[in-house]
Amino acid sequence: MLHTVNKSPFSHNNLESCLSFAKEKDAILLYEDGVLGAQAGSKLESIIKEALKKHTICALKEDLNARGISKTVGGIKVIGYPEFVDLVVEHKVVPWL
Amino acid sequence: MEEDEDMIQKKMMFVMRKAPHGSIYPYEGLEVVLITAAYDQDISMLFIDDGVYSLKNEQNTEGIGIKGFMKTYFALEDYEVEKLYVDNQSLKDRGLSKKDLIDVNLQYFNRDEIKKLMDEQEILFPF
Repeated sequence: MLHTVNKSPFSHNNLESCLSFAKEKDAILLYEDGVLGAQAGSKLESIIKEALKKHTICALKEDLNARGISKTVGGIKVIGYPEFVDLVVEHKVVPWL
Repeated sequence: MEEDEDMIQKKMMFVMRKAPHGSIYPYEGLEVVLITAAYDQDISMLFIDDGVYSLKNEQNTEGIGIKGFMKTYFALEDYEVEKLYVDNQSLKDRGLSKKDLIDVNLQYFNRDEIKKLMDEQEILFPF
């Protein structure tokens, strides 16, 4: 399964819900405002690090660039649109809107 | 203009608390600030919560196919909008610091100081 999160984790609980419902090995993709959670050094870093033990977490490069985020939590995979498409094709998708 | 003498000046604060690009709010807020500035009002902008991301430096929106409005912040001075307030705690929560923000004249405050600033306003606009 692929869980997609597009809301800021600082103002919505989408990521939090996603993490509590996602089963082990499920992949998580952060895009649009969801990529804000990928920033290194934020108050959510420990939650992201914990989640990385159970999940592959990807963040969309174009959305990171648009928001000026260059320092992401170690272990997060930064991907582009082609890999985004691959992920969606390979998995059943659970959108957290 | 003759009407200027009759124009009522209000102390108004635009409270920016949403992230840019994911919604239209930060952009619209900035537009309203520019419009309001034409009416010679006592304007301030307060950046709290995800609103601080609007001031993030090195934003490149090319990849998401939108123009971006970061450069407009540099024009605020020309409209005499010079009170740009940033919440220290919101930056810290997001792993950001002063050096991560664009090079415009920003003033940084703690929560207690911001409470006071908000209290001094006659009108507060949320964006």
